[in-house]
Amino acid sequence: MSTTVDTLPTVERRSFTTRLLSANTFWIALVLLALIVVFSILAPDSFLTFFNFQQLFIETAVLLVIAVGMTFVIITGGIDLSVGSVLIFAGMISAKTMEWMSPGQDASNAGWGTILVGLVVAILGGSVWGLLNGLLIARAHIPPLIVTLGTLGAALGVASLLNDGTNVRTVPLELRDSLGFGTLEGNIPNLVVVAAIITVIFGFILHTTRFGRYTFAIGSNAEAARRAGIGVTRHLTFVYLLTGFLAGIAGFMSLAYFQSTTISGHTTDNLNAIAAVVMGGTSLFGGLGTILGTVIGVFIPAVLQKGFNIIGVQPYWQMIAVGAVLVAAVWFDQHRRRAQNKR
Amino acid sequence: MTAVLQAQNIVKHYGSVEALRGASFEVGSGEVVALIGDNGAGKSTLVKCLSGAEIPDSGTITIDGRQVTLDSPVTARRLGIETVYQDLAVAPDLDPAANLFLGREIRRKGLLGALGVLDKAEMRRQAAEEFTRLGVTLQSIDVPIGSLSGGQRQSVAVARSVVWASKVVFMDEPTAALGVVQREKVLDVIRRVRDEGMAVVLISHNMPEVLSVSDRVEVLRLGRRVARFTAADATLEDLVGAMTGALTQEDAA
Repeated sequence: MSTTVDTLPTVERRSFTTRLLSANTFWIALVLLALIVVFSILAPDSFLTFFNFQQLFIETAVLLVIAVGMTFVIITGGIDLSVGSVLIFAGMISAKTMEWMSPGQDASNAGWGTILVGLVVAILGGSVWGLLNGLLIARAHIPPLIVTLGTLGAALGVASLLNDGTNVRTVPLELRDSLGFGTLEGNIPNLVVVAAIITVIFGFILHTTRFGRYTFAIGSNAEAARRAGIGVTRHLTFVYLLTGFLAGIAGFMSLAYFQSTTISGHTTDNLNAIAAVVMGGTSLFGGLGTILGTVIGVFIPAVLQKGFNIIGVQPYWQMIAVGAVLVAAVWFDQHRRRAQNKR
Repeated sequence: MTAVLQAQNIVKHYGSVEALRGASFEVGSGEVVALIGDNGAGKSTLVKCLSGAEIPDSGTITIDGRQVTLDSPVTARRLGIETVYQDLAVAPDLDPAANLFLGREIRRKGLLGALGVLDKAEMRRQAAEEFTRLGVTLQSIDVPIGSLSGGQRQSVAVARSVVWASKVVFMDEPTAALGVVQREKVLDVIRRVRDEGMAVVLISHNMPEVLSVSDRVEVLRLGRRVARFTAADATLEDLVGAMTGALTQEDAA
């Protein structure tokens, strides 16, 4: 018996350094940092500017909100392909509602009352699709890939029907000037502030609350969670509802920023969000992930694009680079899992 | 010895198949009772009936002399009955403390607790205490459980059940997938739990293990109890004989 390794009864936490080095998020953060450093050296005058980063943050704000919801879904071991369509649907139904409420169907001069109704409608519209996804996945036990592939088409179809396949022409100017282009203290775009607040709130929920803990537990082993008395069906439904809810908010943000329902503008949002989440160290197999990682995962493609643009590399290289990072991230995750399961 | 958990004349059909034909079983506090029988003898069905996973067609179950209806695992758990499943029902990506408290998380006090915020430090502290008490050795309390050895993982699964059980713990083949040293560690945990006054029911196919760890042995055959032994007086031949039908005790059923 003297040859066993684990004879010392030490049940302590690992040191901070050990935990840091074992975190996927740490390594992917280094990649982002390296990219920023490289571009800053190559183009110190144009890359490392306040304006450039301001634009970077604005352009990623909408995607970040979607990716936060996607993080929850992927941690449960699921996937949501419908987010981009749900975003468009939410923006469309919101814009249509604001038009209906305005004289002559012209929402350009609509006041805050109308805009608030528009916000509520966008959120409800997104949530309804999320709830539908959740019920079909958690209760009817249809694979998430199929359910959300279905709602991907359906939500876009309904959105197109609402305005005969064209974009809504009038969006309240007040909305554009406040949420769309407004800034806090003249520096920080309101759009970014909203995205940051949402990210912090849901990061808090994921990493400190029981809801977050159950999300990880279900993704790690749904059967164990069920046996532990966790309402798996209910929880999963709620997670998909949450993604729809956030896609609804993102739809409203997009409406404010683009002044349009952008029917054809968000077709790859779902894949971009999934790529960001997975690059950020969240496992496609579920049970593992962080919101911070997702934030970094959202910024890597954006920084690459901006950087290539500035140093004059063809932007198509960004797609190739993101693809490579994505595949590497999943390979790394699989490798880790295999090593773990060997024991 | 007075029985903590007693089952009498349990009958359970699955369609036309009679899994249990009036099976009886009892276990007292502070003893390890092994429940053995050949494949299809009804062990798993009996355990499911006694842990709330299945509802028997007829028969009575009493806890501390009071008749109870175990209509769900949640009910059984509330009455102090926990089960360790054969297939490691743990969440491999969560750490040992999170697994120990899964479904029973401790929340912070005050407003944060009302918002569902967990008291992770307190859970880690209590978990470390429980693991030390049960002799479960882990290198650290915050690594994912999937990175532990099979024996440590199973020890955590066993610990989770015994920490929350107040009366009876069922263990369905807890050592089936383990190596010799790891198995010994799990058996040590079982003995400790027994010494603290818990009733432990062990389902196992490993006869030497049954004889070494249990105090009594009850044998099922064709859905009925056919023999009861005191482990110290029983031999391997007795057990195998009872399981195969070569040996029967008239008063056992």
